[in-house]
Amino acid sequence: MPSWFNTWFNRDGWSKSIIAIPYFWLVFFFLIPFAIVVVMSFAERTATSPPVGFLPDFPYVTFENYGRLVGDWVYIRAYSTSIINAFMATILCLIVGYPMALGITRVNKSWRNILLMLVILPFWTSFLLRVYAWIGLMGSNSWFNKLLTAIVNSVLPADMAFRNIPMMNSNFAVVLVLVYSYLPFMILPLYANLEKLDTTLNEAAMDLGSRPWQVFKDVTLPLSIPGIIAGGLLVFIPASGELVIPSLVGNASDPMIGRVINDEFLTARHWPMASAVAVALLLLLVVPLMAYNHFEAKAQAGGKP
Amino acid sequence: MAESGGSAPFIRIENVTKKFGTFAAVDNVSLDIGKGELFALLGGSGCGKTTLLRMLAGFEMPSAGRIFIDGQDMAGIAPYDRPVNMMFQSYALFPHMSVEKNVGYGLKHERNMTAGDRRDRVKQMLDLVKLTELAGRKPHQLSGGQRQRVALARALARQPKLLLLDEPLGALDKKLREHTQFEIMNIQDRTGITFVVVTHDQEEAMTLASRIAVMDRGVIRQVGTPTSIYEYPASKFVAGFIGSINMFEGKVTAATKGEVEADVPELGGKVLLASDAVAEKGAAITVAVRPEKIAISRARPKGGNAFPGTVKDLGYFGKDSLYRVKMASGTVVSVNSVNAIRVREDQRVAQWEDKVWLSFEPSSALLLTQ
Repeated sequence: MPSWFNTWFNRDGWSKSIIAIPYFWLVFFFLIPFAIVVVMSFAERTATSPPVGFLPDFPYVTFENYGRLVGDWVYIRAYSTSIINAFMATILCLIVGYPMALGITRVNKSWRNILLMLVILPFWTSFLLRVYAWIGLMGSNSWFNKLLTAIVNSVLPADMAFRNIPMMNSNFAVVLVLVYSYLPFMILPLYANLEKLDTTLNEAAMDLGSRPWQVFKDVTLPLSIPGIIAGGLLVFIPASGELVIPSLVGNASDPMIGRVINDEFLTARHWPMASAVAVALLLLLVVPLMAYNHFEAKAQAGGKP
Repeated sequence: MAESGGSAPFIRIENVTKKFGTFAAVDNVSLDIGKGELFALLGGSGCGKTTLLRMLAGFEMPSAGRIFIDGQDMAGIAPYDRPVNMMFQSYALFPHMSVEKNVGYGLKHERNMTAGDRRDRVKQMLDLVKLTELAGRKPHQLSGGQRQRVALARALARQPKLLLLDEPLGALDKKLREHTQFEIMNIQDRTGITFVVVTHDQEEAMTLASRIAVMDRGVIRQVGTPTSIYEYPASKFVAGFIGSINMFEGKVTAATKGEVEADVPELGGKVLLASDAVAEKGAAITVAVRPEKIAISRARPKGGNAFPGTVKDLGYFGKDSLYRVKMASGTVVSVNSVNAIRVREDQRVAQWEDKVWLSFEPSSALLLTQ
């Protein structure tokens, strides 16, 4: 080894080398592919292979794909369906997951590990298999559907009674399976956050006159906002781009955006259009996130309201 | 001061036991605390002092026995319904609230206060702990001493009948402790609220408290003023726990009213004690003398209670010196003497390996039987 290398390595080169690994990973497996997609979104479809070509004359690029995105109702509707479904799933995951995460932090150590194990246990079974199981459950002749129908009919007047509840191939089915599939991604970050909270803060609030519900509202809830945001993003981002669940249980005439990307890319072989849809989805998700981070950092640094 | 602490008991702890499983953290404790007292629960870790404090706050319920605060039975009363506030050892400040919000937190439950009243009270509390300029800061932007003062202001804001302080000075450095100690006493004096302090630090208990209860393994070993606990400990445990002390085993050889003579082989002779304790001839006793009550000299002093020894160790602390003197029996006695006059090193009373005489007044020695 040359001596300059040894000097460099022992000073701070070793730490730089280690830090470089994730950077290289991101550059090769995210940044470069993403750049390709961005570039492709400004191209047009050709009959070549790959079916991508640039205009022969200056300015060589076309904005037609993006023009279609904002002009064509198909895309606008797919984006809104995706965002609404993902948002509903996120809210429901939060409502179901928060009490579960909080409950896990309030039991003793050995129970905690068992319950956490149960949360991640579904991952041991194939994801597809579990979605197929839901298809079976939601079908009009399943015990699950009959049970729900009986419950609904018991509160409805007799002349409005359902024969069964049409659950399959609807946004209801998509949201239901999304909640089921992504619930662990909400519970785990929430648990990690809630578990770190100092329980003497709860005692302090109680000592100052707060009843248990007020303690939760004033102390636990505000301090768990980072966990809620982390869990919310882990559910919302993949859910809004979800392809498999809407394809299997969703309504084909009201597709989510993942389905649109898939169709453009494979069925229509319109790679530039598929790229434009993907880039727009990323901007739609990342820009609000960056804005949030920016204001959050400002609030943290300032301290004063 | 009277042993009951003045007026009728404000807090009455009656035969209180707290068990965790089969382990009794607090074992049949009875204690009366008077109104306006600054009372300290002193003991090592695991002695049950914190459990007792948490039972006063309502975070733990006694397994047996009863607690009365201002005449009211506290059984089944939740922490949020008690006229008690606590300053936590970790301060437990709400990290997402400003100093002002922290101090005012308890006031939002006071139904008969207007928004203006609350603002005034917060301002008054911040003035009391001298933090008015920092009202808008978050806890993480404060120093340890400032956080401690916020915690104190927050606990005082609801004007509780009883304030509990869990190791109030534990997290502060030495300089700040001394200052804060007097500040707490000052605030207690001005507000007139009854304070109960839990501490493992005997110096802290001695300077802060008007009375101290020494606890050990769930039991109160002695209750009294700092002076009575230090000068008249009732047992070997208390004598050894508070300050340092030399203890020697002995046998009573003669006992008259107010005076006991005992043979103490460890010191190599007879010791005369001024004691009201009833001691029978031949009874086994312990003679205890605090290091600062023993005089050291090169020449044999006049009078009794003088024993020869050899200086084995010498620690010079500036204002005083600590000598460790080995007696003929092999027992090592600690002697603490104030350096009242200025001398050079070679003019000191004693040097290493010097033959010296140790002596003490009969009234300075304690007779302990348990």
